[in-house]
Amino acid sequence: MTDTMAPPLRRARMWRRFRRRPMPMTGLVLVIGFILLALVGPLVTGDPAAQDYLATLAPPSAAHPMGTDDLGRDAFARIAHGAQVSLQAGVLSTALAMAVGIPIGLVAGFYRRWLDPIVMRLVDVTLAFPFLVFAVGLAAILGPSLRGVVLALGFSQLPAVIRITRGEVLAIREMDYVAAAVADGAGDGHIIFRYVLPNCASPLIVQATVAIPAAIIGEATLSFLGLGVQPPTPSWGVMLTTAQQYLGDAPWLAIWPGVMIALATLGFNLLGDGLRDVLDPRSGP
Amino acid sequence: MILRIDNLVKHYGPVRAVDGLSLEIGEGEVLGLVGESGSGKSTVGKCVLRLTEPTAGTIELNGRDITHLSRRAMRPLRRDVHMVFQDPYSSLNPRFTIERIVGEPLLRHKLADRRETSRRVAEMLEKVGLRQEMRSRFPHELSGGQRQRVGLARALILEPKLVVADEPVSALDVSVQASVLNLITDLQRDMGFSCLFITHDLSVVEFLADRIAVMYLGKLVESGPTKEIFAQPRHPYTQALLSAAPVADPVTQRERRRIVLGGDVPSPVDPPSGCRFHTRCPLAYDECRTVEPALQDPRGSGHPAACHLVTADRVPDAAATR
Ligand SMILES: Nc1ncnc2c1ncn2[C@@H]1O[C@H](COP(=O)(O)OP(=O)(O)OP(=O)(O)O)[C@@H](O)[C@H]1O
Ligand code: SF4
Ligand SMILES: [Mg+2]
Repeated sequence: MTDTMAPPLRRARMWRRFRRRPMPMTGLVLVIGFILLALVGPLVTGDPAAQDYLATLAPPSAAHPMGTDDLGRDAFARIAHGAQVSLQAGVLSTALAMAVGIPIGLVAGFYRRWLDPIVMRLVDVTLAFPFLVFAVGLAAILGPSLRGVVLALGFSQLPAVIRITRGEVLAIREMDYVAAAVADGAGDGHIIFRYVLPNCASPLIVQATVAIPAAIIGEATLSFLGLGVQPPTPSWGVMLTTAQQYLGDAPWLAIWPGVMIALATLGFNLLGDGLRDVLDPRSGP
Repeated sequence: MILRIDNLVKHYGPVRAVDGLSLEIGEGEVLGLVGESGSGKSTVGKCVLRLTEPTAGTIELNGRDITHLSRRAMRPLRRDVHMVFQDPYSSLNPRFTIERIVGEPLLRHKLADRRETSRRVAEMLEKVGLRQEMRSRFPHELSGGQRQRVGLARALILEPKLVVADEPVSALDVSVQASVLNLITDLQRDMGFSCLFITHDLSVVEFLADRIAVMYLGKLVESGPTKEIFAQPRHPYTQALLSAAPVADPVTQRERRRIVLGGDVPSPVDPPSGCRFHTRCPLAYDECRTVEPALQDPRGSGHPAACHLVTADRVPDAAATR
């Protein structure tokens, strides 16, 4: 239903607040650039696996704007395809964590008497579990792959999503508008979906802008360690693994993925800071 | 009787928020429930709406015992009672439009389709003095006074028999308080609902309430017709409250002797023995520390008070000490 969403008026006002500030706008531009690179880049660049033996470890040139790697593959094509892998890892793992974590957090917070102690104990156990051990285990079971990366990263984000949702629910359920809904005779389902969930959306959106870049770094790390995406699939982490052998001869091979990871991460973080301010419905006009 | 509360007890763990309170509200009657912060006023209101589970006692709504009704059984009865909340900022769902907020009770009880709801919302907004263009607004776009009008519209749209108004004006600017208070008065006369009007400020209910009940630490200390409470308060606590309240007439204001209560309100976790007011009462004597005074009405005039010094021919005067 449209009336649970921001009306055009309010959205326009939020956008105006957002647009005035340079940092969030920089973040937005970086994030859009990253998404475009991931979605459109692979269509316009050449085959990331095509090898040019006449130009191995070539510096940037007109033919290869980012140079080539040890097998003569175009670094730009690989960066663009790597962006796709990063975006998938970031978005899918975050979506997974949200899809599982939000319902758990909702019921834990809402039925805090019975369910909350159990859920929070499980969260603590999850937090105590070393992430890398879990990722290695998953890689051993599933074989190193993007799927394993998404599962491992999604799982590692789960406690944060559950905690944030639960914390919001605990605060929101004390609000008088929830009491008013109970006084109207509203049932739990109605209250959870119409009153509680929409009001914890903002911190979860902000959480997504924290989780996605963390997952991008996580994917690169796991792939760098050989636990994630496998060569020849281009991933920024895989590219860094190769690059470290040629730091002297072809430093750009390390610079490009490093810079891309930094920019994408920075973009999401700046965007998240901006959203944090704007999304609070109580904040001024 | 629309509402009959008998010996209501509500403890939050060790906190004895309400500790044996009885009161009644007749049809079309406004009862002002007065007391300092923490005396348990809101808790009484929440128990009446079954927003919190009473620890003991009974609550009858319209002659029906609702104390332990299940949520499902309670649902149809919710048409007859609604609440206006104190905080205009937390009482309206920030994600709903005003139209949705006010129309929600109708939709909940399936009393109207969308078109009919829309019509009734328009009618209700007019009654509470809000312009029609407010319908598509969101709560954060409204002022505190406007929000309280929305809260009133929501509470009244089902034409309930009883409205619990929990300090509906105390969070508002003084300039806005009077207009919202007048609105409530007009609506009450117009629609004739009974009202449990909760306030910490006696002067707020002087012209609105038919009767006043004064609460201290989870118990009633005095109740009676508003005129009598103002003219001849019997309990030393009521006398103190009244002496602190502003009075319209400057002559009375000057002549009045102010009773300043010493100390803070004791904790409801461990209320004082005997008369709960004895730690602050200027008239307290030995017996007060050990024997709890019952709420009694020695003259049978419908004006009971819980103080050892109230007898058939004598009323204590807290201002007369020193
Ligand atoms: N949900 C709760 N859990 C624990 N204690 C509570 C809860 N609600 C109220 N209390 C306590 O019960 C006592 C009475 O609270 P209540 O809100 O009924 O007082 P009040 O008279 O409405 O005061 P105020 O003027 O501050 O609104 C207070 O000591 C309060 O701290
Ligand atoms: S019983 Fe005693 S302490 Fe209590 S109000 Fe009367 S005089 Fe004061
Ligand atoms: Mg209160």
